[in-house]
Amino acid sequence: MSIRERLSGNEAAATAMKQINPDVVAAFPITPSTEIPQYFSTFVANGTVDTEFVAVESEHSAMSACIGAEAAGARAMTATSANGLSLMWEMIYIASSLRLPIVLSLVNRAVSGPLNIHCDHSDAMGVRDSGWIMLFSETNQEAYDNTLMAHRIAEHKDVMLPLMVCQDGFITSHAIENIELVEDDKVKEFVGEYHPEHYLLNKEEPIAVGPLDLQAYLFEHKAQQATAMKNAKQVILDVSKDFEKMTGRSYGLFEEYKLEDAEVAIVCMNSTAGTTKFVVDNLRAEGIKAGLLKIRVFRPFPGEEIAKALSHIKAMAILDRADSLNAAGGALFEDVTSSMYVNNVHVPAINYVYGIGGRDTKADDIKSVYMDLLDIVKTNKIDNPYRYLGLRKEAQK
Amino acid sequence: MTQINNNTPMEKLTPGGDIYTSGNAREFKTGDWRSIRPVFLSETCKQCGLCFPVCPEDAIPVNKDLKREDFNYDYCKGCGVCAKVCPFNAIEMKEEG
Repeated sequence: MSIRERLSGNEAAATAMKQINPDVVAAFPITPSTEIPQYFSTFVANGTVDTEFVAVESEHSAMSACIGAEAAGARAMTATSANGLSLMWEMIYIASSLRLPIVLSLVNRAVSGPLNIHCDHSDAMGVRDSGWIMLFSETNQEAYDNTLMAHRIAEHKDVMLPLMVCQDGFITSHAIENIELVEDDKVKEFVGEYHPEHYLLNKEEPIAVGPLDLQAYLFEHKAQQATAMKNAKQVILDVSKDFEKMTGRSYGLFEEYKLEDAEVAIVCMNSTAGTTKFVVDNLRAEGIKAGLLKIRVFRPFPGEEIAKALSHIKAMAILDRADSLNAAGGALFEDVTSSMYVNNVHVPAINYVYGIGGRDTKADDIKSVYMDLLDIVKTNKIDNPYRYLGLRKEAQK
Repeated sequence: MTQINNNTPMEKLTPGGDIYTSGNAREFKTGDWRSIRPVFLSETCKQCGLCFPVCPEDAIPVNKDLKREDFNYDYCKGCGVCAKVCPFNAIEMKEEG
């Protein structure tokens, strides 16, 4: 029997880490980090885990220590947020290019300036091309479940890539929700032990990690990473199937909510999907065929599958909780629309940048998006595809 | 480990370029990076033994009598650390011609 609990998103992530009991956790313990390292250090102090906890002096060092630990042959985890991830940035690339399956719990918060600590996805979007697998979580339950699945995916021999589990800062990280936990022994069995084929502490096989990789080699090594990222898609589905056998909770590359017969749809990630489901239900009660596609796996990006799932939609809106400031549209918008284009599917599409710096996105905001979509279906006209949701502006004259 | 060179296809390269043998720095000669060259003045040298431990490239050979010999210019990058540490000015740094 699973255990019913009530936990915040931070507690949920820390609890998953406790049950995984990794060899090393290296994390910066204060702001802009989350409560996750704080909770985890309590488990270390209480002897609940036998993890080596390294309280480093910066996030750059946190990721560096994780890289050293993984290369040595250990299982390493860390947690951070916002500018903490920015400070890791250099080492984020080293981790993925050295093919070290580190697992990071990322609480999505705005990358400052001007100073802000609240939810948006600008931290994650800054590392979207770094070769990390990125899973997004609508609820505390999903943040917990994704963390339990993380090592099986990252450490798979066809993958060997680091993985980050994302959840929304404050909205899920600090909100307490009901959650179903898996028993410790079942987690232990599910996650398994990590036995890398090559590692630095193997005295039978001395190896060199991260050597000079000039013009004749780096291209091929990047292509290897790209291949591993493509492989990850199937591995994620396989691991999710095993997870479903254990818990009954089903996960795919994305979730389709009342999408099958929908005419208008929203594509989004993390907690806003919860608000959107509420709005979809209300609209359905009014006879409006609204649907949602919630992305769980952002990297690898399931472009082909998404294009197929949205092919019957009459108009769609892609919601970005980070502005790419490129005068063209947000990152998710670009990924979704370019995937549709190359898969020869045309659906009228608009982009909304929303929720920046923790701005509340309410049911009425989401409803207004569906109303705009219905208008596009009716008029067959899109005057501006790159829009803002909930932005204060001078009244139009 | 099979020999890897610049004709090896990507499928045959090790992940992340890891090298599954030891001592392979020897195969990569760094001497051509040098712009200044240390010159060993054997007559001034007192064989105090301060220079060779600081060489980052292990380019100062030490013989079985524990005496240092002339530089190994295949690997010496010309960093000048040895000249700095020498108390007897027995290493002189000269521009490469």
